[in-house]
Amino acid sequence: MDIHEFLTSPAEASKRSGPHDRIVLSSRVRLARNLRGMAFPGWAKKPERVKALETIRPAVEGLRQMGGAFSESMDNLTALDKQILVERHLISREHAAKNAGSGLVLNKEESLCVMINEEDHLRMQSLRPGLQIKDAWQAIDQVDSLLEKKVEYAFSPNLGYLTACPTNLGTGIRVSAMLHLPALVLGEQINQIIQAVNKLGLAVRGLYGEGTEALGNVFQVSNQMTLGEAETDIVERLNKVLAQLIEHEENARATLLESKPKVILNQIGRAYGILANAHSISSKETMNLLSLLRLGVDIGLFPGTERSLVDELFLITQPAHLQKRYSEKLSAEERDLLRADMLRERLRHVSRPHPMPSSSPSPRLDKPNES
Amino acid sequence: MLCDICKQNVATVHLTQMVEGKTKKVDLCESCSKAKGVDDPTGFSLADLLLGLGAAQEMEQAMAGGEIKCPHCGFTQADFKKAGRLGCADCYATFGEGLESLLKTMHKGTKHVGKTPHAFRQSQDLADKLKSLQSKLDKAVHDEDFETAAHVRDEINQVKNKISELTTS
Repeated sequence: MDIHEFLTSPAEASKRSGPHDRIVLSSRVRLARNLRGMAFPGWAKKPERVKALETIRPAVEGLRQMGGAFSESMDNLTALDKQILVERHLISREHAAKNAGSGLVLNKEESLCVMINEEDHLRMQSLRPGLQIKDAWQAIDQVDSLLEKKVEYAFSPNLGYLTACPTNLGTGIRVSAMLHLPALVLGEQINQIIQAVNKLGLAVRGLYGEGTEALGNVFQVSNQMTLGEAETDIVERLNKVLAQLIEHEENARATLLESKPKVILNQIGRAYGILANAHSISSKETMNLLSLLRLGVDIGLFPGTERSLVDELFLITQPAHLQKRYSEKLSAEERDLLRADMLRERLRHVSRPHPMPSSSPSPRLDKPNES
Repeated sequence: MLCDICKQNVATVHLTQMVEGKTKKVDLCESCSKAKGVDDPTGFSLADLLLGLGAAQEMEQAMAGGEIKCPHCGFTQADFKKAGRLGCADCYATFGEGLESLLKTMHKGTKHVGKTPHAFRQSQDLADKLKSLQSKLDKAVHDEDFETAAHVRDEINQVKNKISELTTS
């Protein structure tokens, strides 16, 4: 099966919506599991990895949640296919580097994605648009409960689920959300916030997880500790912190608009100017400017423009998605030219930012409810 | 002082952080600090760095003298130092002692709380039941209540059968 025929189009994918999606792009819960009696993938020899894959893959494919799923061995995907999956946040960069002996099972809705033989035998994740980590946990918990009937996990009553890296030991759970926090960055509060979140035992990372930059003002917040705390408590704790982060970002937006409206208008106006008129633009610059455009849409500077347009551009201007549209191999310079062409074309009907009516600078605030 | 990562260049970046009341220090050279994103506070978490470096150091200290090797998969502490990952599930028993203090700094506790596979839950429940029946039997024998004792003994046999069914399946 061709992964490109399977995947939802970027335009459709960008229209998915969920609670608080003005700030929370997506929620994810990932569980790490290993098979009893088999070496972890990083240490196992190839025949053993293949054996693990052959045990796990049919078990995952057989789940009712996986009806009509895409299932493939990693060596049957091209480097470009894998990079597209990374840009979609469906697989990790580490998994993209895998070949024979590793696999991927992805359901039709792209809400469940199981990586086989990444760092652990099983890395199963459940994805949701907006802030829905409780739903995501329940979905993956079900999948896990069904799978444990088919394969035998490495588990110890004292240490919990045994994982290749001691950092995942215990529950093997990683709960995370991707947040768009442009006002906290513009208001220079972000470092303080990151430190505060770190103190709570949560990690803040860039767009593609561990060791990556916070491109486009997108940050990933996740739990770090997995042993000694139950899954539901971790989910609950993260939910509370995320609700606060949403509130901080909303407050920062309101404050900036009130105290430094010119700074915001200037930044967004310039971002629009470059995106709509450039003839060569890098992927990194595009992401950072699209972030400002998204902020502009959120605060009502682009009436008639949907946030999903910005989100779609965020996706299709990334290197692999861009390359996919052309049959010949593009150099980075060529991609920069084509990216700029695409942006000019897609932003042709977006008129330049409306200066805000000075009387009513009170855009809809997205106040999360404590739940 | 040499860089903790490359062990070649002179360390010019010194980081200190309190982790659970313990002071953790990392010394890095300029190029390694850039590579780890230390110069960009938004993309950097000292914890990530410490987990990678500290893990190997603590293991080494705990296992001073003698190379330990996992009997199941052949993984050694030197391998752990290199990869920061273990070889198989049995490595947790093999390197248990060395891992203990590491787990303490990394996690909230050292005892698993949360989801347990159904099969484990069942056998744990049965083990608990067996224990309570055993004491019930002891008490009945002590009280010379032989009717109850016979009854409890039958129950114990049933539970024992269930346990052996579970372990053989």
